[in-house]
Amino acid sequence: MERVSIDEQRCKSCGLCISVCPVKILIISDRLNARGFRPAQCTDQDKCTSCGSCALVCPDVAIELYREVKA
Amino acid sequence: MAEQMKVIYERPKSWANKVTHYCPGCTHGVAHRLIAELVDEMGLMDKTIGVWPVGCSVLGYDYFNFDSVEAAHGRAPAMATGIKVTNPDNFVFAYQGDGDLASIGMAEIVHAAARGWPITVIFINNGNYGMTGGQMAPTTLLGQKTTTSPLGRTPQTNGFPIRVAEMLAQLDGPAYIARVSLDSPVNIRKAKSAMRKAFNAQVRGIGFSLVECLSTCPTNWRLTPVESMERVRKEVMPYFPLGEFKVVEGVL
Repeated sequence: MERVSIDEQRCKSCGLCISVCPVKILIISDRLNARGFRPAQCTDQDKCTSCGSCALVCPDVAIELYREVKA
Repeated sequence: MAEQMKVIYERPKSWANKVTHYCPGCTHGVAHRLIAELVDEMGLMDKTIGVWPVGCSVLGYDYFNFDSVEAAHGRAPAMATGIKVTNPDNFVFAYQGDGDLASIGMAEIVHAAARGWPITVIFINNGNYGMTGGQMAPTTLLGQKTTTSPLGRTPQTNGFPIRVAEMLAQLDGPAYIARVSLDSPVNIRKAKSAMRKAFNAQVRGIGFSLVECLSTCPTNWRLTPVESMERVRKEVMPYFPLGEFKVVEGVL
């Protein structure tokens, strides 16, 4: 399961999450969503540190964050 | 066995599952989300009534799972006062932009603050009238170009910007007045903390509370969302300093 879950239909391609990500794993993808925006996508789920910055600045509540529980 | 996942961040329960009509990068969405998170965390969903303004956030009532009403232009604090007086057990907040609160609704907000009834106002300051196409607002900075000040705002013809938080903090009525910014993760965290105090001021029956949020309007500022955030830090914050201007005992 993914750590950074981006709802592509909500994303408006504003790029704020990309500007605040400390590990630079978010990019604008090259596909379009139903509203004609190019949604953000995560390039490397394993690098996510779960800092929560992207979810905090997202104006469209498009990002949800999860993390594996250590066994 | 399926991997166990811990939730770091999920959509608030009081946030309706809808895509907002706001422009990409508009911080109205951030302010909305903070309200929804606090309503969830403070267990207020069943008794919250939101009062929505005229402006970009006129359709705000659509995005939450609690009850909402729509006020006439600038009259949200008056309406919120009426609702609070007749339903003292409900949690009532008004959400207003700067054209709504600082221009046509200036009398209502000043008297609501002076009366000091326990209502909460979330004030979005983005320096222009966003919905109608970026006209000059009372909070437009000197020199800022808008569609009605195409050469930049000048004090001779347009007067000076109004610092609403400082002005209202001089009154004896309010319990909590603060200015926050929605420009970066750290400031958004501080904004949420300020809004929590403002909500507490009402829940504990202490008095009127207002949180002014420095926001962006990328479309009418003719900037990208990321450039707009930089403008807030470089140009808006020096004129509209962040901080708590009035904190009555018991709010914290």
